[in-house]
Amino acid sequence: MTMDVTLNVKRYNPDAAKPASYNQEYRIDLEDGSSLLDGLIKVREEMDGTLALRCSCRSAICGSCAMRVNGRAVLACNTKMKDVMPKDGSPVKVEPAGNMGVVKDLIVNFDVFWGKIKAVKPWLQPEGPVPQGEYLAPNEAMLHLAGVMGCIMCGACVSDCTVLEVDKNFLGPAALAKAYRFVGDPRDAHEKDRLKDLTKYGGMWDCTRCMQCVQVCPKGVDPMGRIMKMRDKALAAGYNNTYGARHALAFTDLVRHGGHLDELRLPIKTFGIFNVKEMLKLAPIGMRSQMVGKVPPLFPKPIPGIQNVRRIFEKVEAKR
Amino acid sequence: MFDHDVLVIGAGLAGMRAALAASQAGVNVAVVTKVFPVRSHSNAAQGGINAALTDRGDKWEDHAYDTVKGSDYLGDQDAIEIMCKEAGSEIINMEHMGTIFNRDAEGKLGVRAFGGQRQARTFFVADFTGQALLYVLHEQVMKSGVRVYEEWFVLSLIVEGGECCGAVVMEMKTGEVHTIRAKAVIMATGGIGRVFEPSTNALICTGDGMALAYRAGAPLMDMEMIQYHPTTLKSNGALMSEAARGEGAYLINKDGDRFMKRYAPNMMELASRDVVSRSEQTEINEGRGVNGCVLLDCRHLGEKLIKEKLGQIRQLGIDFANADMIKEPVPVRPGMHYVMGGIRTNYDGLTSIPGLYAAGETACVSVHGGNRLGANSLLDTLVFGKRSGQHAAAGVKSKQHAAGVTDAYSEAEKKKIQAILDRPADGGELFGKVRQELGETMNKYLAVFRDQQGMETAQRKVKELRMRYEKVIVHDKGRTFNTNLIFTLELGFMFDCAETVIVGALERKESRGAHTRTDMPKRDDANWLKHVVQFRTPEGPRIEDQPVKITQWQPQVRSY
Ligand SMILES: Cc1cc2nc3c(=O)[nH]c(=O)nc-3n(C[C@H](O)[C@H](O)[C@H](O)COP(=O)(O)OP(=O)(O)OC[C@H]3O[C@@H](n4cnc5c(N)ncnc54)[C@H](O)[C@@H]3O)c2cc1C
Ligand code: SF4
Ligand code: SF4
Ligand code: FES
Repeated sequence: MTMDVTLNVKRYNPDAAKPASYNQEYRIDLEDGSSLLDGLIKVREEMDGTLALRCSCRSAICGSCAMRVNGRAVLACNTKMKDVMPKDGSPVKVEPAGNMGVVKDLIVNFDVFWGKIKAVKPWLQPEGPVPQGEYLAPNEAMLHLAGVMGCIMCGACVSDCTVLEVDKNFLGPAALAKAYRFVGDPRDAHEKDRLKDLTKYGGMWDCTRCMQCVQVCPKGVDPMGRIMKMRDKALAAGYNNTYGARHALAFTDLVRHGGHLDELRLPIKTFGIFNVKEMLKLAPIGMRSQMVGKVPPLFPKPIPGIQNVRRIFEKVEAKR
Repeated sequence: MFDHDVLVIGAGLAGMRAALAASQAGVNVAVVTKVFPVRSHSNAAQGGINAALTDRGDKWEDHAYDTVKGSDYLGDQDAIEIMCKEAGSEIINMEHMGTIFNRDAEGKLGVRAFGGQRQARTFFVADFTGQALLYVLHEQVMKSGVRVYEEWFVLSLIVEGGECCGAVVMEMKTGEVHTIRAKAVIMATGGIGRVFEPSTNALICTGDGMALAYRAGAPLMDMEMIQYHPTTLKSNGALMSEAARGEGAYLINKDGDRFMKRYAPNMMELASRDVVSRSEQTEINEGRGVNGCVLLDCRHLGEKLIKEKLGQIRQLGIDFANADMIKEPVPVRPGMHYVMGGIRTNYDGLTSIPGLYAAGETACVSVHGGNRLGANSLLDTLVFGKRSGQHAAAGVKSKQHAAGVTDAYSEAEKKKIQAILDRPADGGELFGKVRQELGETMNKYLAVFRDQQGMETAQRKVKELRMRYEKVIVHDKGRTFNTNLIFTLELGFMFDCAETVIVGALERKESRGAHTRTDMPKRDDANWLKHVVQFRTPEGPRIEDQPVKITQWQPQVRSY
């Protein structure tokens, strides 16, 4: 069985006299179970050789083929065409991955991506005498790390990270997940230095926990979860003198107090009411929230049953 | 023009291991790779890497014997001994650099069983061992400061006065063509999978390095030895790792019968790959298959083990075969997977051309002979990558750059490229269909079973396809990421590989290892215990043979 698919591909040719992006439609016939990548390969091998994209393994392991489909980052090779064809028969919208800058068609610039990976000193730094045989380590610790190590550096998370959209300085989910791979490694002797480094501007505290990276990651790496784990470790190690750490503490404080997140007070507590510069940076977010009707109430009341919330806090804190 | 002491071509396991070894020896090293290092095909290796660790009660001699037997006695035993002796220290070295390996209850490295071996000696990380190793080498290369030319595509090698002294390379992002001068060049460009369609290999596995070395005058050896892996998916050729069988999975036919008992009663599913693939193909040919496949049954392994150790291939089964191995058997069939042959080297990686080395899948040392054991390839890349790096570094220390290497080399390549871009559009086609037909032809006539007539048909067809290839047009005339041009050039490399595979297969008049001829079904040690070596000439390959090195294991009847 075959199916009739129309792809609407966002293209960009830097060699054109006046480079500008444009959309191009391709109509193709595909086997039923085909992937999005099968479709794109068919286009470039048989119809239009000028279409540029990266791909290699066709089995979600090489990390080459991240791109946006219908507005969301995916790996083209493990995305079934059927699953992304709109019900109304309109074309499948294919765009380059976001936040990285387009080089040509679906090929984006990975220079900054690799630069950020390098910035977290992504290599094991053991100390002391090297053993004759292997370092001993519990299997559970290794299996836990294998979950992060499964990252294939595809950049899907970076493409859709909401912070990177506004702040290019942010290390981003992939680099932070890579950092966690060493922070969490029992053989690495520099956990503290690493955490301290990652506490700087652009590091772990700049994540807003929007969950995008978790949702788009094709390998279940859970970058946000790893970032949160590092925050716990950083706080435990005493690295809390930052906006981000104060944000977390303020967050906890507010929830304990009112049972929900008071989004107006949070930045004030984090930055301090007189830190006009930082507060102004938030103005656009505030305005956008207003436009979609998501402005928090000015004087929130504690939720009913706030005592129970506070009791949960006491329990958790007693456990720590 | 750029200058380096040692230029490594390829950033897979072999290339990065070579680069590290050379850089540790204190010379100036650079790596060129057509994809970002971690995109190299080594990342796809699933099952594991072999080593006999003495403190586990294993012996390198046993590993070596299993390898010799697996090779159907075509492997060179001096090289095999080196590989198996050095295996342990390579694994430990990789662990020290940071590789996450599965552990046993004491926190030491754990092992799993793999095919063709009497002892479990395969070290692994779930089912993405290649990725785990590749990323660690990448980390170390980043740390070392070795320069990596990422997404640069090698167009040709430079040979002056009989010595290799550099390469001409295209920077893909700008389309610029550069000359890189080097005192030694190490080829680590991986396999030729895409010459066959389908294949377990990635789209970048187009045999560039073999063709480049062959064109530069280095001979290729044992090209007829193509491994078909017993468990690949029908839809897209994706691999279901041997780890599944290593963990205890069964192969059954349409009657639910574990048919391997009739072909390899002792080792069953874990016999050598050539043996299992032939058995499966026989089942299928004799009508006991299921839609051209047999079934890989993992159900009895249980959900926990599957999720923990085979999670990635379970997902591949779900994605590409609509079968969840926890609940149902997965249809699989033999599929093209690996090339045992390649650029002929000695056990220091040196080819017949001074200054030119090769390591990894692109090289033929030869440690795999007629059939590679599962999990011996990763080992091969590390051991011989390291040795090539060390040897090349030692050789360049007192050497000067060849004076004759100038930008004239890159100018010549630019002209060739321009000629391709300028081909008249009328009557020409894109490369895609030609590539597809080439792959299908190879897969039809040079598969698990071969015969004279089929191979001759293949030879004729490939010749015709090559004529079509000479007229293929390139739509893209731009400079930036002209992937259309790159694929077209790769297809040219693939033709060189295809041709030598066929010539080698026609030459070898016996059945040995992966080369099984239905018209000559017996192994013939009296006449064919030797390597088939091919040199390029304008009239086609010139063939020489070379004796197999035997140290301690005389050929015997091979049964599992
Ligand atoms: C699906 C699969 C599973 C496998 N599982 C196992 C396993 O479990 N155990 C095992 O031992 N083996 C396994 N193998 C085999 C093993 O993975 C490969 O043989 C091995 O990784 C090859 O490594 P390499 O370094 O030689 O080449 P590769 O990793 O393929 O690297 C080739 C490099 O060369 C570069 N290159 C190529 N051409 C050019 C050019 N023209 N210009 C510039 N650069 C170029 C590429 O960019 C790349 O960096 C498996 C293979 C496959 C396909
Ligand atoms: S959760 Fe954090 S890292 Fe992940 S996408 Fe959102 S902001 Fe980025
Ligand atoms: S974390 Fe996931 S999405 Fe991000 S680069 Fe790694 S594999 Fe890709
Ligand atoms: S092609 Fe390798 S991840 Fe998609």
